[in-house]
Amino acid sequence: MNASSVILELNNADVRRGGVRVLDVPRFRLRRGEIMCLAGPNGSGKTTLLLTLSCLLERAQGELRFKGRPVAGRESALAYRRHTASVFQEPLLFDASVYENVASGLKLRGVPRQELRQRVEKNLERFRIAHLAGRAARKLSGGEAQRTSLARALATDPEILFLDEPFSALDPPTREALIDDLEHSIRDTGIAVVMSSHDQAEALRLADTMAVMRQGMVLQAGPPDEIMNFPVDEFVASFVGMGTVLRGRVVSAGPDTVRVAVAETMIECVGGIEAGRQVVLCIRPENVTISAPGSHKADSARNRFAGIVKRIIPMGHFLKVQLDCGFFLSTNITRRSQEELGLVEGGSVVASFKATAVHLIPHA
Amino acid sequence: MELVFDGIWQAIVLLVTLDRETWGITLLSLQVSGAATFISLLIGMSAGIGLALAEFRGRNLLVSVINTGMGLPPVVVGLFVTIMLWRNGPLGFFEMLYTPGAIVLAQAVIATPIVAGITVAAIQNLPRNLRLQILALGATRLQMVRLLMREARLPLLAAVMAGFGGVISEVGASIMVGGNIKGCTRVLTTATVMETGKGNFDIAIALGIILLGLTFAVNYVLTLVQQHDRPR
Repeated sequence: MNASSVILELNNADVRRGGVRVLDVPRFRLRRGEIMCLAGPNGSGKTTLLLTLSCLLERAQGELRFKGRPVAGRESALAYRRHTASVFQEPLLFDASVYENVASGLKLRGVPRQELRQRVEKNLERFRIAHLAGRAARKLSGGEAQRTSLARALATDPEILFLDEPFSALDPPTREALIDDLEHSIRDTGIAVVMSSHDQAEALRLADTMAVMRQGMVLQAGPPDEIMNFPVDEFVASFVGMGTVLRGRVVSAGPDTVRVAVAETMIECVGGIEAGRQVVLCIRPENVTISAPGSHKADSARNRFAGIVKRIIPMGHFLKVQLDCGFFLSTNITRRSQEELGLVEGGSVVASFKATAVHLIPHA
Repeated sequence: MELVFDGIWQAIVLLVTLDRETWGITLLSLQVSGAATFISLLIGMSAGIGLALAEFRGRNLLVSVINTGMGLPPVVVGLFVTIMLWRNGPLGFFEMLYTPGAIVLAQAVIATPIVAGITVAAIQNLPRNLRLQILALGATRLQMVRLLMREARLPLLAAVMAGFGGVISEVGASIMVGGNIKGCTRVLTTATVMETGKGNFDIAIALGIILLGLTFAVNYVLTLVQQHDRPR
């Protein structure tokens, strides 16, 4: 990351509430045009970090730099806030028309009327709410209100947009349509975005980078697929849907592969960890396949285990299947495969996964 | 019943014939209570907004004190202001006692906590994050306060109505600090008390009706302002 591409940096952020440290981020960088998603469970500090980054949280310790210049003091905070915009979970619209709402940020900046009208109209179009311009904000549906809120934020042409769980109050179809339109606007304008979400699917959909948070700390940051496949610890692993997270001990290390003992079973994995080390094994559910016992399906999987179906959990369009193979193993299958395999709880199956499907984390 | 009809008839006669004394009393009531309300808005709203936005130790205590002040008995205020303005009292050198100014002062003391209390509630009732949203839109502190007031305009105008209604109708303080001096400090309420005492029920009823009409007219105008410019 070269220095000039960094638009926003935060150093040594420290926020305490009632003596408890709620944010502890020694170093944070955002590049121009980057879309970063802060992920983590409720109370992990996502909102606190967002408010600190958007310079809205008083009593936040830390050095905030926008394009290399420190943001400190009332004047520079105001100037900084006029280069950024925020959208919260609730639309927080003014009791005025949709048009007035979208115009509000521009009016605060004293934008001349002609230009104001153009920018408002552009953003009404962008979020497909031009037909609602004269409507009272208080009479909008949830989706329309959040569109208005986003249009209001983008009308000021911010260089950074902060989004705090902006879609979590919306139903799935409304959310999908809104994310589509937002994505277009963001990619069009090339602005940098920091958004928070407790929904990892939402995070993956938009984000270039992802930061997983817990207890006010960023545990891991990087491209989403890297975090999905190579989590740094058990918490991140389970948060990004690893499905199977096991503890074991490396028994023998070969040139490319190692053998790890989990309970009574040996699992073959790819990795370079010396024998004797305690490790955490992570296996994504989509990398585990199951077949009927006795079937000799030819595959290259190095790990094959007979197991018993402990639970079948419907997850909507797929089923989560939890197995006991002498160790816990979780996989996802379609309803159709369930029928084909005649899968029932208590039944026997064979589960297999490749040595490369296992991600090993050295355990402290 | 005849008494009531006579009173109504008398009121119409008094108004239509432009009885100078009655008009004088009515005008003075409006001026005095209007001025008192205006002062209470300046002080009460600033204090209320400041209190709603600030965070400090003892804030809840202060809010409780203000809320208690909303029910301040006018007689107590009258007594207190009389003592302050008494010739050798702390503010005696102003020589304000038994002037309209004294009534304005007493009524402002009555209305200020009413306005402040409702203002605190009005601003606190706005969504908590609205303040952050306004700042995030690039507002200065002053612009933020202006926008918050616009968002709370319905309850804030209710505060104006409550403040004005509280003082236009009070009699205890006005009579104590004003003295009900004819042509000088006689207002609608003090005149009504006096006429009733004298047994002039027709005039008392007439004055009562004028007071009601005045209060209604002021509140009607404020309501029009309140409901104005809300998009449908």
